[in-house]
Amino acid sequence: MRLVNRQVGRGGRVLLGAAPILLLLLVYIVMAASRHAVNPADKILPLPGAMAESMSALLFVPDQLTGQLVFWADTLASLQRLGIGLGISTLMALVVGLSLGALPPVRATFGPLVTGIAVIPPIALLPILFIALGLGETAKVALIVIGIAPVMIRDIAAHVAALPREQIIKAQTLGASSWQVMIRVALPQAMPRLLQAIRLSLGPAWVFLISAEAIASDVGLGYRIFLVRRYLSMDVILPYVAWIALLAILMDVALTFLSHRLFPWAHGESH
Amino acid sequence: MIASIRKAAKVAMVAGLLFTASCSQPAPDAKRTEFNIGWSIYAGWMPWPYAQQAGIVKKWADKYGIKINVVQVNDYVESVNQYTAGKLDGVTVANMDALTIPAAGGKDTSAIIVGDYSNGNDGILMKGAGDMRAIKGQQVNLVELSVSHYLLARGMTLAGLAPTDVKTINTADADIVGAFASPDVKVAVAWNPQLTAMKAQPGAKMVFSSADIPGEILDLLCVDTATLKANPNLGKALAGIWYETTALMTRQDAEGKAARAAMAKLAGATPEAFDSQLTTTFLYADPKAAVAATDAPALVTTMTRVRDFSFSKGLFKGASSADAVGMSFPGGKTLGDAQHVTLRFDDSYMKMAADGKL
Repeated sequence: MRLVNRQVGRGGRVLLGAAPILLLLLVYIVMAASRHAVNPADKILPLPGAMAESMSALLFVPDQLTGQLVFWADTLASLQRLGIGLGISTLMALVVGLSLGALPPVRATFGPLVTGIAVIPPIALLPILFIALGLGETAKVALIVIGIAPVMIRDIAAHVAALPREQIIKAQTLGASSWQVMIRVALPQAMPRLLQAIRLSLGPAWVFLISAEAIASDVGLGYRIFLVRRYLSMDVILPYVAWIALLAILMDVALTFLSHRLFPWAHGESH
Repeated sequence: MIASIRKAAKVAMVAGLLFTASCSQPAPDAKRTEFNIGWSIYAGWMPWPYAQQAGIVKKWADKYGIKINVVQVNDYVESVNQYTAGKLDGVTVANMDALTIPAAGGKDTSAIIVGDYSNGNDGILMKGAGDMRAIKGQQVNLVELSVSHYLLARGMTLAGLAPTDVKTINTADADIVGAFASPDVKVAVAWNPQLTAMKAQPGAKMVFSSADIPGEILDLLCVDTATLKANPNLGKALAGIWYETTALMTRQDAEGKAARAAMAKLAGATPEAFDSQLTTTFLYADPKAAVAATDAPALVTTMTRVRDFSFSKGLFKGASSADAVGMSFPGGKTLGDAQHVTLRFDDSYMKMAADGKL
């Protein structure tokens, strides 16, 4: 039987999917154990016990200075920044993307600008951001927005511009104005694409969030990682990275689920 | 299907183990002839790359029949981490970081050259009028848990303030100049070359600097103790390189000037800027002075302060007391856990240089 025709059942899928992950964990534990055999105080590959110990302090013991549970405060602050950044970007993608895609004069005017902003590495503009927006939450959210909004805008605009011309003509034959074409023809078809764009932007959004928190901060997942990186505390960094990965996966799954529930027609599902 | 998965898992297991085995490094206490010393850009460490460029490294290494590679690491913390991970045999590092990164991580480290102390290279800057006491209730931008943080703690203690009187905001050293230009940043702590750039901003005033606590922020050359024990020639060659280079760069003739200009170029600074950084660096160019500083009781006092600060900030992971990390000083003095010494101030190679025995 050819490999291309071999279907994997549900049980087999779970087994196959878990195998590489478990293998990686095993390799990690073997390497960590061998390093600890040489130096019991090794920091580079901490053993699970050490990770649990340092994380439990961050999870359950309030910080002396602030009285907060560090881990949860970090998570909350980061998710808040990420949420606001993603929200603003999504809104911009919808409004600007729709206008750029559906209205040729707008596209001619602002298309090059959006393309230009999209290709600028936002990290290079940090000093300007600092002076314009200070060092607080605004600058962090702005970095996420500048990083992901242009790409999302371009994606939605391209998608709307590629809608079949027949649909636009037909809507106008039925007496639709430009506004109605945008709202009744382009918008519904742009929505599933928008969720897709958010999903694809999650990765870059996390990268920009962590960078923003690394630069100037006093709370957040990225802040903690960069703070303890100075001391090679991999026992804190690794669980934090795993947590970020888990959060990102959860968001991705939630968005996929939402898209299937709200727009089943876009996923070729039978009605 | 399952059988083939089992087989694949077996193969992967073996591969993983082989991979692990191939990753392990040679034992640190083996006799070797090639060594890597890491450095990062800082006024007090520029003699190392210059010595490499000028052939001084090769001269001394040849004399002792070894090979020394002087490796630049772009990011200071990364260089210390690389050393801690065993990728480098030695590294240029400040006293506090030598204690909190390799030594607290269980890596037995010897400080064989006390190169300089910061004499104004680290400072607390404030916008507008005021002195150290005006810092109360402010937000302070700095690299948390670094030497800057220690400087802030010392400055506040001397001004009669408690550590809780300010709120610190962790700011990356690469971005602190830009951050200080932002209107909502009033107080910042930094080191050179960033400090010079920040001082140039209108309205910036230095309210406290390392010149107010001379000899507390030391810059060292640290090497792995086991490697040094097995290869004492490495220590001799390094001491030889250091004192020949510093003697050359402190000369006030054309040759000294040329050496300093070359170092400035290596540091990416103008000769004038580099010279101004040297004025705030107390360089131990004379081995006798370095030995005296290493043997002085003041060093134990300094390291006690540094240690207590580091412990209070939780840098001795999981340790129940500040004594968890042991340090040893010349003359058999120890600080902390004498059974578990991981940071050793070793003056023997500086002594050899002072006695002209290299």
